[in-house]
Amino acid sequence: MTLKIKDLISIKDLDRDELRLILDTAESFKEVGARDIKKVPTLRGKTVVNLFFEPSTRTRTSFELAAKRLSADLVNISADSSMVKGETLLDTARNLEAMQADLIVVRHPCAGAPALLAQKMTSAVINAGDGAHEHPTQALLDLFTIRARKKTLEGLTVVIVGDILHSRVARSAIHALKMVGSSVRVVGPPTMIPREIMNWGVEVFYQYDEALKGADVIMTLRLQLERQGRSLFPTIREYSNLYGLTARRLSMAKDDVLVMHPGPINRGIEIAPDVADGLSSAILSQTTNGVAVRMAVLYLLSGVAKHEPVDPQRTPH
Amino acid sequence: MKRNERIVLDSLEINRALSRVAHEVTERNQGLSDLAFVGIRTGGVHLAHRLAGRLKKIEGVVLPVGALDITLYRDDLYKKREQPTVRKTEIGFDITGKKVILVDDVLFTGRTIRAAMDELIDFGRPREIQLAVLIDRGHRELPIRAHYVGKSLPTAADEKVKVFLSEEGEEDRVVITNDAEN
Amino acid sequence: MNLLIRNGRLIDPAHHRDEVTDLLIENGKISRIGKSLKPDGPKSETQIIDGTNQWVLPGFVDLHVHLREPGFEYKETIKTGTEAAAAGGFTSICCMPNTNPVNDNQSVTWMIREKARQEGRVHVYPIGAITKGSKGEELSEIGELVEAGCVAITDDGKPVMNSAVMRRAMEYALAFDLPVIDHCEDEHLMEDGVMNEGFVSMELGLKGIPAAAEEVMVARNLILAEMTGCRLHLAHISTAGSVRLIREAKGRGVRVTAETCPHYFSLTEEAVRGYNTDAKMNPPLRTLQDRDAVRQGLKDGTLDVIATDHAPHAEEEKNREFDRAPFGIVGLETALPLTLMLVAEGVLSVEEAVAKLTILPARVMRLNKGHLGIGADADLCLVDPEATWTVDPRRFRSKSKNTPFTGWKMKGLVAMTIVDGRGVYSTEEIQAI
Repeated sequence: MTLKIKDLISIKDLDRDELRLILDTAESFKEVGARDIKKVPTLRGKTVVNLFFEPSTRTRTSFELAAKRLSADLVNISADSSMVKGETLLDTARNLEAMQADLIVVRHPCAGAPALLAQKMTSAVINAGDGAHEHPTQALLDLFTIRARKKTLEGLTVVIVGDILHSRVARSAIHALKMVGSSVRVVGPPTMIPREIMNWGVEVFYQYDEALKGADVIMTLRLQLERQGRSLFPTIREYSNLYGLTARRLSMAKDDVLVMHPGPINRGIEIAPDVADGLSSAILSQTTNGVAVRMAVLYLLSGVAKHEPVDPQRTPH
Repeated sequence: MKRNERIVLDSLEINRALSRVAHEVTERNQGLSDLAFVGIRTGGVHLAHRLAGRLKKIEGVVLPVGALDITLYRDDLYKKREQPTVRKTEIGFDITGKKVILVDDVLFTGRTIRAAMDELIDFGRPREIQLAVLIDRGHRELPIRAHYVGKSLPTAADEKVKVFLSEEGEEDRVVITNDAEN
Repeated sequence: MNLLIRNGRLIDPAHHRDEVTDLLIENGKISRIGKSLKPDGPKSETQIIDGTNQWVLPGFVDLHVHLREPGFEYKETIKTGTEAAAAGGFTSICCMPNTNPVNDNQSVTWMIREKARQEGRVHVYPIGAITKGSKGEELSEIGELVEAGCVAITDDGKPVMNSAVMRRAMEYALAFDLPVIDHCEDEHLMEDGVMNEGFVSMELGLKGIPAAAEEVMVARNLILAEMTGCRLHLAHISTAGSVRLIREAKGRGVRVTAETCPHYFSLTEEAVRGYNTDAKMNPPLRTLQDRDAVRQGLKDGTLDVIATDHAPHAEEEKNREFDRAPFGIVGLETALPLTLMLVAEGVLSVEEAVAKLTILPARVMRLNKGHLGIGADADLCLVDPEATWTVDPRRFRSKSKNTPFTGWKMKGLVAMTIVDGRGVYSTEEIQAI
């Protein structure tokens, strides 16, 4: 089987079988990462562009390692490079196309920017995070990590805590977890939880302790510190008191609970240091698995037959 | 669809061929020290285990067996419409300094063996690589020759040779098909 | 040149007339209406138009058009904007002051009127800014704006956030019996939202604009209008809550009129999916419940007027990240068939629909337009109600093509537009002068 998509923009572009294919393929790539020579010739001669309009060392490096371990040629382009400065997104796209890039990995502060690129380009576009929309490879690596520890993805209770409203990580995770049959609880201050989120079939909690009862997995989100005082939460201190994961809180969940975080961690704010470094923590596994999952995505998308660019004009009637 | 299928090796003949190969391996490699099997997925892995089993019976030594998935080393990846499924390579021992016997079910163009050797060398520096195949059907496209051949089988280029093994829930047999589907 | 339109179905809501008859135009005025009319003078001086199977309507009046000139001529000019108006059946349009410079003083008003006189296809009525530079702080010279020809004041594009400034503007406008128009939107509640706040915005990860951002300001404006006695006109109403508030205020006798736009009764927030920037406007497309409430508001008269909020933007401005694309769509050339869809669906009668495009907006601005009375200016349009066509923005007269209706199958086509007795648009082109 193969992926039916040209691009990976949203978890919702995938069906359940495709999601499993990516995870299974990633298992094989994880083995490559464990070798002495962590490189295979698979994408030799393919060009991968890391197009990052937002600073992100972690995700960019993860994609970079993934591409290099597959022997692809990789270039990093950031928003402040003269290549894209002052240019519209579509002009950048046209230039990359002219350079015959095969795969474009895009991080952009605006939701929908990768979708726009995908529409206009024949290259495969991978969304590495767009605004508050989605971060599909993060969700895939989260599921990969959960499956590795829990041996299943079905019937788990996963608690996602933090700023759900602004989180692309949460959105992708919710879509992915619902797809594989886990139940999702979100918890955070009401200012950070979209009012319509119940329509996704998730449970909403405002009290952290309550949400943790019976939890198999806790996914903590990074708190964007600059939002302090901008009416979403009063102070970091209060946020940490109410929504920080401490050893005491951890004991409310199941004994074998798994603690995850997309990183980078604000130690002592959303997660206490002893919890982040404790036995329940899968945070470093997430990083390792991230490379394998991204290798799988690069591999699977690199083979899909090229499509003509899609006409942006839809006909609604 | 019109399909011509004929059995060219049955279960008994496969067993006989493997036993012969096992004996040739012992003759060629005195003492069997530093010998290891690496099967090419999927059929080659089963055959590698069978050969290792026979050597244990004959010589009483247990040789390590690894599994190689050559998908990531193929030279035809982007010529296909679909990306082939990647499976795990599992070599649980250090191959450096070892005599590695690569095992595959059918030797055809030689491209799979080229990929397998490239991959193997990324795992270490074997002292020697030997090649064992159940069927050699000819039509080589690379300068590759097997050290051990269960059976040489003259075929036409458009025929397909399929090896069915009991490990996959099939009755042991080798068949030649001439698919007239296209 | 005189014009005799024969045998058309003449629909004039102002005079409750709906009959197949003839209409004679002499010297730019409507001179006679009746069966089997004969021109007075020599035959050669009267052009005869066969109106069989066509509707003869008062020319449409649009209270809400962005002509973009001066300052943004790459989006639209007075020339192209009025050509688009003529193609849509509009013969009088009111243009918004958010140009560059802002129409907050006489010289800009004069310039617009002079340009419109020279290059415009239809009548143009400028609307002046409430505050200097539309900054929401100091009142502009409203008296002088009126003197120069402004028919109303607004800071459209932005609300007047400061309630004290709005109160004073309303009081001051009383002196001229001038309608005050507000773009109802609480900027703090809007924050940097780009579409309706709700399920779709959550799913797309786009920042939402809650319905409350509009409703809070509608409520404020109604309270201030009641307090001051000013004539208040509320622009582009989009939410169920706003409709409810206006209905209630009208019931109490507050002097308020309100408009909505074709997109608010034709589309919902679902149109944004796929990050379609041609479905990005302000106020944003709302939910199905809002759309239905807007339709109900039109039906029961809470919403008096259908205006287009014609907001042209260049292709390169729209063809980009959703967050960074400007708000607004063009509307002049699709307003009629979208309105006729409400007729086809039984929301409005033909007479009600025509009234909301003609006499009702004319009355808001106290314009002697939008009706077919004897002696009135001969501003009218001929519509082929059965003609079907497909929206293709490349064929728009407007300089800009930003419409969410591309590819829609429309029924009802403006066949000819006449201003002051002269043909300014015709599908057969021969009539264009």
